[in-house]
Amino acid sequence: MTNVFRGCGAVFYKEVLHVRRDFATLFFSLIIPILQMTLLGYGIDTNIRQINTVVFNADGRRESRELIDRLKNSDTFHVMRHVQNDRDLNDMIVSGRARVGIKIPVDYSDRLLHQMSAQVLVLIDGSDSSVAGPAINVTTAIGLDESLRRVLPSGASFAVDMRPKLMFNPDSRSPNFFLPGLTAILLLNVTTFLTSFSIVREKERGTLEQLFVTPVRPMGLLLGKLLPYLGIGFFELSMILGFMRFVFRVPIHGNVLLLAFLSLPYLFVSLSLGILISSKANTQAEAMQLAFLTILPSVFFSGYIFPRETIPAVLYPISYFIPATYFINIARGIILRGAGLVHLWADGLALFVLGTVLLILAARRFHNKVIMA
Amino acid sequence: MATEPQSPVRAAISAEHLVRRFGGFTAVNDVTFRVEKGEIFGFLGPNGSGKTTVIKMLTGLLPLSGGSAHVEGLDVRTDSEAVRERIGYMSQNFSLYYDLTVEENLKFYGRIYSLEPARLKRRMEEIIQLNGLGPYLKRLAAQLSGGWKQRLALGCAMLHEPQLLFLDEPTAGIDPVARRQLWDLLFELSGHGITFFVTTHYMDEAERCSHVAYIYYGKLIADGTPDSLRQLPEVQPDGTRRVEFTAPEVTRALRLARGIPGIRSATIFGQSVHALVDENLSLDGLRRELAENGIAVDEIRPLAPSLEDVFVELTYKQESLLEAASD
Ligand SMILES: Nc1ncnc2c1ncn2[C@@H]1O[C@H](COP(=O)(O)OP(=O)(O)O)[C@@H](O)[C@H]1O
Ligand SMILES: [Mg+2]
Repeated sequence: MTNVFRGCGAVFYKEVLHVRRDFATLFFSLIIPILQMTLLGYGIDTNIRQINTVVFNADGRRESRELIDRLKNSDTFHVMRHVQNDRDLNDMIVSGRARVGIKIPVDYSDRLLHQMSAQVLVLIDGSDSSVAGPAINVTTAIGLDESLRRVLPSGASFAVDMRPKLMFNPDSRSPNFFLPGLTAILLLNVTTFLTSFSIVREKERGTLEQLFVTPVRPMGLLLGKLLPYLGIGFFELSMILGFMRFVFRVPIHGNVLLLAFLSLPYLFVSLSLGILISSKANTQAEAMQLAFLTILPSVFFSGYIFPRETIPAVLYPISYFIPATYFINIARGIILRGAGLVHLWADGLALFVLGTVLLILAARRFHNKVIMA
Repeated sequence: MATEPQSPVRAAISAEHLVRRFGGFTAVNDVTFRVEKGEIFGFLGPNGSGKTTVIKMLTGLLPLSGGSAHVEGLDVRTDSEAVRERIGYMSQNFSLYYDLTVEENLKFYGRIYSLEPARLKRRMEEIIQLNGLGPYLKRLAAQLSGGWKQRLALGCAMLHEPQLLFLDEPTAGIDPVARRQLWDLLFELSGHGITFFVTTHYMDEAERCSHVAYIYYGKLIADGTPDSLRQLPEVQPDGTRRVEFTAPEVTRALRLARGIPGIRSATIFGQSVHALVDENLSLDGLRRELAENGIAVDEIRPLAPSLEDVFVELTYKQESLLEAASD
């Protein structure tokens, strides 16, 4: 009888017993992602609001006060202090207490009244680029708007009126953007760790060698080990999605079942990665390091934190080999944009191909380095 | 034996010119031996001599670098899967799942060998009965003492009724009572026709084997029944005999004894000295000789060589051969 999956059922049975017995590990591996999610969900807000701003209003008349009110109302600036000279203005920024300094010159109102161009100095702390960008944009926009209002006869409309409309995530809520991506990272984390640990533990104990003198076939062994963790991964996914939907109120626009279906090839990839790691690592500590090593590029090159467009051209191809890239696309697509299989099948296929290649690689390495060591 | 070449099919194990290299290092060097069915084959040798390596080659865990091996009549290189169905293996460190109970460990191995439920139930009952595991069924393997872990590991290895069991240092690190009990169990199983391949450091265990072999840094230097080894001319050269005597201050006695003409070699065993002496040296003569040298011998008597003596002699011989070869 040559059944390449021989022993799969027995290994599955045993693996389920391990998981049940070591409930603490399971619990923590499920709870920690929820904690991470809570931290990120509440803690990170990438929309820049209320930038600390210092104002030196040398003019002080009605026109200058109106300008300052407009800046305040934009919600981008928080005027935390008024100063009376250039030195104080400068000091506030150098010391980091304010990010933006605005100086309205003495002759601001006079020049406006005489139809002349009035200058306003905007000092911006360029050391934090995420603040500098919005600060430049908003001040320029307000300046332009003020100028137009003075030039155009009242009641006239703009020649070109741009009306940007955010199609998805209209409030630009950070959790809506972050949490679907986080799902990919957390899922990768848990499944890769758990599978590689479960195999490396058997290496350390010597039970793996014992198994190799039984009729268990390598594919049976690997499959028997994968399946329980596939189940756990799936459970984890539902938990994360539930949390995301009901605690962080991220609406899911697409079909959850499609998301579940497309998560299968992704889980398949991360489990294969776990096996690959365990064929290299001989101790749980080594496995842990290797797993971290695979998670880092998934964080940086997948578009999870930084948009893929910002990746330097030489490194860009890397993102194609990172499974999280595809799953993040799938998750955001379904959750935020209501995408369907028509839009996402290619990502699913890419994951399936990646998973198959990894599993073959892992099984081969496993055979050469572990069984025939 | 030389007249009738035995077919490898009949033997439990037949290894011919086994070689295993790790890089440039030869761990097993041209090892040939046969183990007949039903034997308790004791495989001895110092640490790092290649005992485990030989077992791994015979069980299909390590590919052979040279030579050939048949286990239960099957070629280990081409039929390793069929070999695995027929053998049981207990590795050097009890390879049990510590977080599973005794019962779960047994069940798992039963499933691995795809025993159908009725047979699994029967076998589990038999093994629990035979190994006395009954009171511990619900206990985690981690909580068993060394001896019981060993019995459980043995139980797991023989659940599928293998005809041949490989036990790699089964008694290392367990207490003397458990050691004795394990051997009693091996004898009982051997009575049922199971062949055992056992590695050990303990000479008293070697004495209990029906067949022993001694491997010394990759080379097999002794192979036979304990009695036939005792009679080897290298161990008992013509014109010599072995005596044992006890004396106060054995270390001083040994030093002096080694200087006496007619005493060829001497070693300490506990409170006594074992010596290989010229045959024409009578016991009384020896006693006198020792007394002249200031050793008041309490008791002196003739001695059959122990297996330890055998291995010591053969090791000396092997080392002098190696030295001669390197000169
Ligand atoms: N996988 C391996 N790679 C390199 N050397 C090995 C390997 N396995 C065993 N050896 C070496 O082979 C020799 C025999 O080892 P082993 O068979 O374990 O000895 P024993 O079981 O008799 O103590 C030792 O010198 C050991 O270091
Ligand atoms: Mg060994």
